Amino acid sequence: MKVVVIGNGMVGQKFCEKLLSKSISNLQLTVFGEETLAAYDRVHLSSYFAGKTVDDLTLQPVKWYEENGIDLRLGDPVQDIDRDKKTVTSFDGLTLTYDYLIFATGSAAFVPPIPGVDKHGVFVYRTIEDLNMIWRHAPVTKTAVVIGGGLLGLEAAKACLDLGIKDTHVIEFAPRLMPRQIDEAGSEILIQKLKDLNITTHTGKNTAAILGNEKISGMIFTDGSILSTDMLIISAGIKPRDELARACGLTVGPRGGIVVNDSMLTSDENIYAIGECALHNSMVYGLVAPGYEMAEVTATRLAGSEKEFPGFDMSTKLKLIGVDVASFGDPFIAGEEAKTIVFRDNHQGIYKRINFSNDGKELLGGVLVGDADAYNMLLQICKNKMALPPDPMDLIIKGKEGKSDAGAGVVALPDDALICSCEGVTKLDICNAVTESGCETVDAIKKCTKAATGCGGCAPMVKDIMVHTMKQQGKMVRNVLCEHFDYSRQELYDLIKMKDLHSFDTVLDELGKGDGCETCRPAISSLIASLWNELIVKKENATSQDTNDRFLANIQKGGTYSVVPRIPGGEITPDKLLVIAQVAKKYNLYTKITGGQRIDMFGAHVSDLPLIWEELIEAGFESGHAYGKALRTVKSCVGSTWCRFGLHDSVSYAIRVEERYRGLRAPHKIKSAVSGCIRECAEAQSKDFGIIATEKGWNLYVCGNGGSKPQHALLLATDLDSDTCIKYIDRFLMFYIKTADPLTRTATWLNKMEGGIDYLRNVVVHDSLGIADELEKEMQTLVDNYQCEWKAAIENPEIRKRFNHFVNAPQEKDPTVQFDTFRGQKKAAEWNKPIAVS
Amino acid sequence: MIYDNQQISLTKEHWFAACSVEDAVINGGVCVKHGNEQIALFYFTRRNEWYATQNLCPHKKQMALSRGMLGSKNEEPKVACPFHKKTFSLVTGQCLSGDECDIKTYPVKVENGTVFIKVDTKEP
Ligand code: SRM
Ligand SMILES: Cc1cc2nc3c(=O)[nH]c(=O)nc-3n(C[C@H](O)[C@H](O)[C@H](O)COP(=O)(O)OP(=O)(O)OC[C@H]3O[C@@H](n4cnc5c(N)ncnc54)[C@H](O)[C@@H]3O)c2cc1C
Ligand code: SF4
Ligand code: FES
Repeated sequence: MKVVVIGNGMVGQKFCEKLLSKSISNLQLTVFGEETLAAYDRVHLSSYFAGKTVDDLTLQPVKWYEENGIDLRLGDPVQDIDRDKKTVTSFDGLTLTYDYLIFATGSAAFVPPIPGVDKHGVFVYRTIEDLNMIWRHAPVTKTAVVIGGGLLGLEAAKACLDLGIKDTHVIEFAPRLMPRQIDEAGSEILIQKLKDLNITTHTGKNTAAILGNEKISGMIFTDGSILSTDMLIISAGIKPRDELARACGLTVGPRGGIVVNDSMLTSDENIYAIGECALHNSMVYGLVAPGYEMAEVTATRLAGSEKEFPGFDMSTKLKLIGVDVASFGDPFIAGEEAKTIVFRDNHQGIYKRINFSNDGKELLGGVLVGDADAYNMLLQICKNKMALPPDPMDLIIKGKEGKSDAGAGVVALPDDALICSCEGVTKLDICNAVTESGCETVDAIKKCTKAATGCGGCAPMVKDIMVHTMKQQGKMVRNVLCEHFDYSRQELYDLIKMKDLHSFDTVLDELGKGDGCETCRPAISSLIASLWNELIVKKENATSQDTNDRFLANIQKGGTYSVVPRIPGGEITPDKLLVIAQVAKKYNLYTKITGGQRIDMFGAHVSDLPLIWEELIEAGFESGHAYGKALRTVKSCVGSTWCRFGLHDSVSYAIRVEERYRGLRAPHKIKSAVSGCIRECAEAQSKDFGIIATEKGWNLYVCGNGGSKPQHALLLATDLDSDTCIKYIDRFLMFYIKTADPLTRTATWLNKMEGGIDYLRNVVVHDSLGIADELEKEMQTLVDNYQCEWKAAIENPEIRKRFNHFVNAPQEKDPTVQFDTFRGQKKAAEWNKPIAVS
Repeated sequence: MIYDNQQISLTKEHWFAACSVEDAVINGGVCVKHGNEQIALFYFTRRNEWYATQNLCPHKKQMALSRGMLGSKNEEPKVACPFHKKTFSLVTGQCLSGDECDIKTYPVKVENGTVFIKVDTKEP
């Protein structure tokens, strides 16, 4: 059977995969692609600006097509079709006959006929080549404008920000943003959120013309207003690529799109159309999941079985970083047909709306702006017509503190609930992968079912279903480290201690197998360090440390390192500031005040590190452990020594705390802060442990986190005297070190802890496990064993030797390291400059 | 002796002395300079094996593999780049984490406490 596919985009590629899986005998598959790159992940196109490479985005390498006997012809578009002879002819002049022809030509950006759209500096946002052109234009751009406030337009606007364009505008013709997905109130919140990101929105605006000579200089609108700009990205919708179909006489829709029936057949019984070029039931689907389903239908039919395309749900979630937006089902339905509940928090920028049937039994649709965590679950409830809780409001208000209902949620899902809509994987498929194929990790499930390999949005739910199924089977859900160790971190901690093991190799010999890897080496090294607090770079352990620990500095773009001396509590004398200034000048380092109240010096050659530290240590500095999974900073506010509100001396206490726990190795980094009064200038409630002065002593908060999922710390104990407070912190930290999984911050550790903060309080304050004494003693040993590892390193010639770049030319620096100048200092040279395609 | 002197003079290939065994790092790598080329030399002490690869990580073009971490996947020895932990087979140079490009490998031998690496051409 000769099959020719026109278009090697996401759907065309998926079709090839699906067709191969049907094992049709004598299959000859030819694919023509207009772009020069093999099909890539268009959905995650924007991540190209955030550091993903073409390789990262490529769905299958060219090798894959070869290995599977597919004749892939890139950069060679089909130009002519003769339906009588059943042949296609390509741009390069190749003519081939087909038994079946598949259109997977996708769509192009729709460019409205505005005068001036051909000017230099006007782009669309569809292909990697478009992105390369935008990238090359960005350095000369101060202001960027995006026409179109839909899903893609907002993504393009965010991309402009990522490219460093500070002033970005979005123009939307409709009176609100994302008019097809969200309502007026949702749009208002979204506009506010975008404003916080520095994106200005203009709704109800219609562009009259684009100004400028050859190059764009501005835009004029129908209301007479003008906006100057150096770059314009048009994202006003899509236009199906039906020109070839039209030319060979296939039926196309009045507003474009190749007309197909439920079998994906066009008006010619040997020609199918799938993906964004197809018009099904008067609908062009601008999403990838329905395209994949169309590919499945077509492949199944070519293999001789029956299958029909049922139409598809248009629920979507926007991938913008920093703003969550989602809509599902029918987001707008209202009036007599439905009841609506709205939750709105202008302060935090959250808007949620759900629509449900009048009898309160069925969820019909909704909109989420600002917090879309509930999206997956709501979508499932809506699609599967699941029973609603007595008070539907509970669906959109976060569960009570610490209690998560995710686990309970997946139990209630029916077996045929579609979990991964990109790949069409149901709950039953995932359960079967666990029970029948023995998958016990999300990766294994991905391999086995392909779930979560598309947009990835369903990954958390896949994990919940997996864990739940394993538990049902009575399987222990164990967090084993990797292929080399069959133990969890907590088990290993106890075993290493019991057996008194001090190096990675002895641990591997006694408890593991194989030669270790980049997962278990750092995890075991961290355990050894937490247990014994010995020199982290001692000979037999040095190469099992993460690179930052091995070189006692954070590696940066280009392979240089940063230097961060400890500045306890953020207090520093003018003399010490002078030393930092001198060292930075001498070794040509970029300096910056960090968010942790100290000074970071960037861009040090590896061979300069010992020299730099020698000078710093000479002046009384010590390592700041900015590179370790260890205590980082204890921030402080100025406190009662100067501040008119200060209740106690927060700086002195912060220094005491920082010096006590400096160098302490833990499952992840630990941060702390001390504030002198409830005004909380040191932000103690966002730290792993935070201390706030009260009239009577100190309040101790624990398990806060900044970072990508900020979480406030919870109050552990109140009005403590200084020594008791330290005692509780000893117990708290030691308990964390002993029981947390690798790379788990205290906040996540607490979230997973059964019993939550009450349990933790019982252990730490009321000694419910009877281990308080032991915890305090263990901590005291670690405190007593402290030494500045940089001091130890520079005093040991063996260790110093390891800081040379070339083993056979110790005096030479890495000649490939490059810097650019930037605002009077240096910066690392870019590592991901656009590469030219074609 | 692993090689035969005659053969070497016939081909362009060439063994050069990289460093002494004591200079190598236990279960880790060092970077060797050969003209303008940077070669990562690994002493996988645990397996008592030596390997050499290009020092450049193809992912973001960083001169970093010599600072990478050694390990094994099933039985295959590998190195993980310190930047984003892409892993490469030390035997074949194949990238073991997805579609990233493969890396070049070089034969290594040890004689009388000196480590030799075999390269295509003599020092330029
Ligand atoms: C330098 C600094 C930014 C600055 O210019 O201000 C910084 C720089 C880095 N941060 Fe940070 N963070 C810095 C303060 C913070 C803060 C603010 C604070 O500590 O008050 C936070 C949020 C608070 C928190 O951690 O809860 C912060 C949250 C993170 C996270 C996210 C942690 C999380 O739990 O989500 C990472 C990633 C990680 O650790 O896995 C990270 C990781 C990094 C790394 C290590 C990324 C890397 O691997 O290269 C950066 C390297 C710095 C270097 O080479 O020295 N940095 N980072 C700040 C150094 C503070 C210091 O003096 O040590
Ligand atoms: C920035 C961006 C973000 C997106 N985000 C999402 C998202 O979050 N979720 C979602 O579901 N969807 C998203 N989409 C849409 C998704 O990418 C498309 O639905 C999907 O790519 C459609 O696949 P396709 O194969 O039909 O078309 P395409 O991927 O466009 O592929 C069609 C291919 O056919 C080629 N072609 C055209 N004519 C010819 C010819 N005559 N001969 C040979 N080749 C030809 C084209 O050059 C193109 O390479 C996004 C799209 C963009 C641009
Ligand atoms: S937030 Fe932290 S990790 Fe992210 S770029 Fe800034 S310094 Fe680096
Ligand atoms: S640079 Fe090596 S993994 Fe990214």
